[in-house]
Amino acid sequence: MMRRASLVVGAVLVGLVLMVSLVGLVWTPYDPARVVPGDRLLSPSATHWLGTDAFGIDILSRIMAGARSVLLVGVFAVGIAALVGVPLGIVAGMNSGWLGRVVVRATDVLYAFPAVLLAILFAGALGSSTTTAMLAIGIATIPVFTRIARAGVLQVMSQDFITASRVSGIGWLRIAWRHVLPNIAPLIGVQASVSFALAILAEAALSYLGLATPPEVPTWGRMLYDAQRHLLNDPHLAIAPAVAIAGAVLGFNLLGDGLRDLLDPRLKEVAE
Amino acid sequence: MPRVVLGRLLTLVLSLAGASVLIFLVVQALPGDLAQVMLGERATPAQIEALRERLGLNRPWVVRYLDWVGDMVRGDLGTSALSGLRVTDLVAGPIRVTGWLVLWSTLGSILVALPLGMWSALRRRHWDGFAVNALSQFGMAVPAFLAGILLVLVVAVRWGWLPANGYVPLARDPGEWARHLVLPVVSLVLVQGALLVRYVRSAFVEVLTEDHITTARSVGWTKLAALWRHGMRQAGLSLVTVLGLQVASLFVGAIVVENVFVLPGLGSMVLRAVVQRDFIVVQSVVMLLVVAVLVVNTVVDLLQAVLDPRIRAKEQR
Repeated sequence: MMRRASLVVGAVLVGLVLMVSLVGLVWTPYDPARVVPGDRLLSPSATHWLGTDAFGIDILSRIMAGARSVLLVGVFAVGIAALVGVPLGIVAGMNSGWLGRVVVRATDVLYAFPAVLLAILFAGALGSSTTTAMLAIGIATIPVFTRIARAGVLQVMSQDFITASRVSGIGWLRIAWRHVLPNIAPLIGVQASVSFALAILAEAALSYLGLATPPEVPTWGRMLYDAQRHLLNDPHLAIAPAVAIAGAVLGFNLLGDGLRDLLDPRLKEVAE
Repeated sequence: MPRVVLGRLLTLVLSLAGASVLIFLVVQALPGDLAQVMLGERATPAQIEALRERLGLNRPWVVRYLDWVGDMVRGDLGTSALSGLRVTDLVAGPIRVTGWLVLWSTLGSILVALPLGMWSALRRRHWDGFAVNALSQFGMAVPAFLAGILLVLVVAVRWGWLPANGYVPLARDPGEWARHLVLPVVSLVLVQGALLVRYVRSAFVEVLTEDHITTARSVGWTKLAALWRHGMRQAGLSLVTVLGLQVASLFVGAIVVENVFVLPGLGSMVLRAVVQRDFIVVQSVVMLLVVAVLVVNTVVDLLQAVLDPRIRAKEQR
């Protein structure tokens, strides 16, 4: 029962984030970038549901616009990681020779570079931007996908139908595509959800550190950074982005957990 | 056993080589002229050429890479292009700050996560075990810097119990040193501990469902006694593994938290270097952090071999 709950709560939270960002694409209550000096630091009211920030910008509008960059970074980062990491993992799992070993070792090295560290490197060389943040988070997430794909492949490869197709002379690429990939797809899906949560956290940390987006682009991490100076008198500035980040991360984490339990009957047994 | 140690050390050397190539390539081989970037848009070609010459950027990158690595092996991390100071001198102070932060946070999160995770595993069919589990989900969803900001707001600003930011070296005033470290450490522990609770929980759940524990239970051992007598080694093994995996994220957490509490650690230093485009400092400090992570991982691997006879047996075959 509790297991089902995490799936439902996760799906609802993720759905909410998706909806807010989609609506934010076409409509926000106010312009999320227009500075209105007369409306500085207003408390939440009927006209500004979540109040305004130090520039007089409506916070709800900024949250909605921020949701977009969060999703954008998440989709690109997880996309890069899965597109590079999964094929590498399949190679590492199917090839037990030197190639497979090299891939495993290379992934282990990349494990020592968390997203923030890579982003610092990129920013040091190229300057910081949304692109470098996405790249850094994506590349830092590659080894996770490689490892999980490899583990899945090793399990699939030991099964009879794979042996049968190998004996009947089907090439490895075809086996990988037709038999291995579909069987590890659920694993990858679960990992994508969990990695998405981590990508949101990383993006928040990066924009808080000023390593992701330029200051004028609204992101939740940047909002928290701006809110920090006004915490004493106007804590409402921090509450909205804080809740948004925590809610989105919680949502993707719970969704990943719920999916895992749904797909893996063995885990369910252990948990119950 | 000596073979295991030798193999791990060889892996460490190879990983260090790989990591250094990666760092060097990202910083120095990416499109964009470093001298141009450092001097800005308005620099004249002559100025850029002079800086390139001074930094040795005109030499082939293989030579520059080997130079950098050779210097590092001899304990020289290069010279800041901006201040002209040696990086080894620049990092001496910050390394202590970050070191203390990471050390206390690691100990703190183990101290918090071990009992909570065990509790949650033992009571996993009861509401309190579930509550611990749910709480850890929330902890995982809060970024470390947010926890830090909230702690500053409540503990430092509202209640005035502890300093909101800054650092006092241990040698100058141990009491103040501790007071300045409490909030940064707590904010890291909240986040890292939450993650650790989940790992500890699943490690213990796995142990509890093993046949030998069931056997022990069936002859009258209590759950806790059976776990203590027959499950600790196995659970300890998982814990060591997880701690190894967490080192990297702990360092990153430290970088962010240093920024919240204005601690003069490696994180603050490297971020300042990024803003100032002092790429040699960025390159060497990142390498330093990666070396720390890789060395800890090697130690963890070796510890595993000590704790787990299966690994030793496999390696000796």
